[in-house]
Amino acid sequence: MTASPSPRRLAPAPALDVERIRADFPILRLKVGGKPLVYLDNAASSQMPQQVIDRLLRYQTSQHANIHRAVHMLSEIATAEYEEARRKIARFVNAREDREVIFTSGTTEAINLVMHGYGRKFLGAGDEIILTTLEHHSNIVPWQMLCEEKGARIRVVPINDAGELLIDEYEKLFNERTKFVGVMQVSNALGTVNPVKSMIAFAHARGVPVLIDGAQAAPHMNIDVQDLDCDFYALSGHKLCGPTGIGILYGKAALLERMQPFKGGGDMILSVSFEKTVYNTVPQKFEAGTPPIAAAIGLGAAIDYLSEIGMGAIAAHENALLDYATAQLERMPGVCIIGTAADKAAVLSFALQGVHPHDAGTLLNQEGVAVRTGHHCAQPVMQRFRIPATSRASFAFYNSMAEVDALVAGIRTVQKVFA
Amino acid sequence: MADTKALYQEVILDHNRKPRNYGRLDHPSHKAEGHNPLCGDHLALALDLQGERIAGIAFEGESCAICKASASMMTATVKGKTREDAETLIREFREMATGELDCGSYPHHLGRLTVFAGVRDLPTRVKCAILPWHTLRAAIHSQASTSTESEADPMHAPIGDA
Repeated sequence: MTASPSPRRLAPAPALDVERIRADFPILRLKVGGKPLVYLDNAASSQMPQQVIDRLLRYQTSQHANIHRAVHMLSEIATAEYEEARRKIARFVNAREDREVIFTSGTTEAINLVMHGYGRKFLGAGDEIILTTLEHHSNIVPWQMLCEEKGARIRVVPINDAGELLIDEYEKLFNERTKFVGVMQVSNALGTVNPVKSMIAFAHARGVPVLIDGAQAAPHMNIDVQDLDCDFYALSGHKLCGPTGIGILYGKAALLERMQPFKGGGDMILSVSFEKTVYNTVPQKFEAGTPPIAAAIGLGAAIDYLSEIGMGAIAAHENALLDYATAQLERMPGVCIIGTAADKAAVLSFALQGVHPHDAGTLLNQEGVAVRTGHHCAQPVMQRFRIPATSRASFAFYNSMAEVDALVAGIRTVQKVFA
Repeated sequence: MADTKALYQEVILDHNRKPRNYGRLDHPSHKAEGHNPLCGDHLALALDLQGERIAGIAFEGESCAICKASASMMTATVKGKTREDAETLIREFREMATGELDCGSYPHHLGRLTVFAGVRDLPTRVKCAILPWHTLRAAIHSQASTSTESEADPMHAPIGDA
């Protein structure tokens, strides 16, 4: 790392200086069992740069108080910083208005908010919800709960052997009972990038609103909710180099205004009496109680950090990592890549012949390589491929080509143990 | 740091490659199925209990190497022993895997099964090693099926999600 002031501020370079970026992440200096940590579990949670850690420290040491309440200085600072974080995220996803960004605990809560706030108000018996085989459990289970309560029904878009949605089948699922569509933009288990923009247009032509689960997409590409024209977009802060416990739901203002509150409590009301309570306006209507203020401000700092590097540069570097890793693994005997979509984000799921993923994960850990093994909270995907689990390497912009080499060497070691 | 090299010893790899007592019994007196929903490990265990003695035992299923080797070595160990001996081994194995039993300092009957002692340092893998024992206990007590996620199960290991 050089000592010169950040050139990124002046003119964003087309390629990333990975070593310089890695220096921002203290955790990447860790050793695991004496070997350098090779962190390839970014789809589960990303790491936090010093800039975000410093921002959390500054908030907690000099700015903390409860928000939207008192008139004293700290409360006013905390409120301003919290709302500034909302503004940053609104710009990051290109929302029309700041109030279209609702802070949640993460993607899961954001989807649950839509289920309670929209689904329970506007869906009824016999109505149909379209989801896809690729969905994470967090975009399946809330809708099953709704179906159980309302007598609605879930229809599922199938996938092909590459892990791509069958768009013809998606279009055939629509009928006059179709009332909602939920689809992830990027598959956490396979890395498939779904053609959500055209799927949204198709649904809108039939008057059906669409929720996009953006948990895996937001860390890897430019998100423009106006260009997508999605009705809802959910994402998690901890996959964006921010803290855990914070995420957002973007919703079109007109829809959010028609929705019912999800949680009741302080901050979400204008007035309360035992005779009648008047709810606050959007977004406070959906933010009952004291929110994770520090985490929201930390997420704002993380978005500053990512924006400074540039999502275009991040995507280009991650795609190069994925291409390099894919080419390496394709050449290895006994290695089968699960998920071979034409359009993929930085996720590489694989199976090793004769080796259970849990054994592979334990042995890779011994080499310092952290991958996820399991069903990735996407059991329908595993059932589709008739496997119990996969090993998954998922890349972030701070990963290097040398780390891909470490993964490949680690896989060779696993294969040697089980030879 | 867990010494995973010690865990994946040749004896475990050998039992994984060539599991003993793998298959079915023609006329089992007791059966149970073990399932770890978190990682998909699944095994079916059959016993031929004659009086108090385990005259026959067999297992089959899909699982990781730790689970399969544990099942293989378990069946080899308990075959011919009494139900009471098996209960003792089940208890000792669980205590070893969860770190409650220090095999070096306290007397026990585990013998070569101590090759699994290393899982105590790998909380997410403890369940893999315990599942067959879990299932043996269910079979002896004639429960139809068991799960590592069953709260009421006395074998439930006090660890986090796998």
